[in-house]
Amino acid sequence: MERNMSEVQLSSFPPRVLVTKIGFDGHDRGSRIVASFLRDAGMEVIETAPWQEISQVVRLALEEDVDVVGVSSLSADHLLMPKLMAALQEAGLSHVKVVVGGIVPDDDEVMLLNAGVAQVFHPGVGRDEIVEGVAAFAAQAREQRNGELVT
Amino acid sequence: MREPEADSTPQSALIERVRAGELAAVARLLTELERLSPAAPQLLAEIAPFLGRAQVVGFTGPPGAGKSTLVNAYIKALRAEGKTVGVLAVDPSSPVSGGALLGDRIRMNDHTDDDGVFIRSLASRGHVGGLTPAAVRMIDAFDAAGKDVIILETVGAGQSEIDVAEVADIRIVLNAPGLGDDIQAMKSGILDIADILVVNKADLDGAEKTFRHLLSAVHLSSIKADTPVMKTVATTGEGVVELAQQVLGIAASRSETPKTRRRNRARRLLAWAAADMIERRVSKRPDAGIDAVCDDILSGRMTPDEAAIELLKSS
Repeated sequence: MERNMSEVQLSSFPPRVLVTKIGFDGHDRGSRIVASFLRDAGMEVIETAPWQEISQVVRLALEEDVDVVGVSSLSADHLLMPKLMAALQEAGLSHVKVVVGGIVPDDDEVMLLNAGVAQVFHPGVGRDEIVEGVAAFAAQAREQRNGELVT
Repeated sequence: MREPEADSTPQSALIERVRAGELAAVARLLTELERLSPAAPQLLAEIAPFLGRAQVVGFTGPPGAGKSTLVNAYIKALRAEGKTVGVLAVDPSSPVSGGALLGDRIRMNDHTDDDGVFIRSLASRGHVGGLTPAAVRMIDAFDAAGKDVIILETVGAGQSEIDVAEVADIRIVLNAPGLGDDIQAMKSGILDIADILVVNKADLDGAEKTFRHLLSAVHLSSIKADTPVMKTVATTGEGVVELAQQVLGIAASRSETPKTRRRNRARRLLAWAAADMIERRVSKRPDAGIDAVCDDILSGRMTPDEAAIELLKSS
């Protein structure tokens, strides 16, 4: 297979990304594939089992100091996203960028973006688009957070 | 809590939050020290007075031995004793892409709602200046946060991971039945660094054989003939309380002060820095000086030891 990885500029400390699933759906093939894409693009990916609770996702994002949280949703679990966004905010993780991938109807996408989700990746999106998008969000997250501690 | 002083810096403010047990502050300190950020030197100076209290327990062994699951069960035993825990889980990075899948904590999921447990995953590559110094700084971050026990989990597959394991005060080396022949385990040299040997998955076929092989390997060893060999079933917790007691017993038998404990870690760092330096020097080509030394070794004018001493003197 021809390997045509997208060219993403990474610092010596690669983006840290949490790839997870919330809610009751256990179909994690998609999130696993995306996790592999991100790893193969040079990122550090913290992968979880599906069925995470919102409090668990927040705790993982906090402890692992991730730049991006990616949530895979195939069967309406994305409706929990506003709750996750609020919980991240409350935990002081407003710099963390959150993306959703999977099946999200157009009307719901508007709702997610309004809740603070950075981007929704729909079916058919290419690997490079995901990798480049996540890398760009990670860079933004880091820039935003580095302001907190003057160095 | 004391009032922030008028001249308090962002660094000292962060350390105050770390000392107060704020999770976000601990997470930030870990990151700053891992990456050796511009703020790191001052942060290290700020935490220096608080270090050396924690006991560092290392878990290492081949992939599939059940390290993460055993760590999960061990955390439970420590929490039952009321001890707070920091975990540093090291996973390998891809040598090709530099990326890593950090999945150890999938098996440590019993503790996400417990503020007494803090787990951080660390990728083994992408560390300017080496993985081991980064891990030691992150141990210091947990130590400063007041963790009673710091668990260091590494795959004992590559040399750098063994190096990291050596930093621990007490080193537990895991094996499990069916992971390859038993001579393999002895060849890897990790037996010599073990304070405790564990056969995990002790409920599986072949566990008794693995146990006896390890036991006889230990008895044949001239370095570590008294290393305890234990059996655990991490998934059920069988043998884990006994393991925790064994760790306590070994810790009690040692007269380490916080100062000697930290000095031991520094000693390892020093050894690897020196080895690295020599390695770089020797690998450099062309180098007439090194060539002359090699010729002396080949002709018998110098033993390799004598040559190494000469090299150290001139470095």
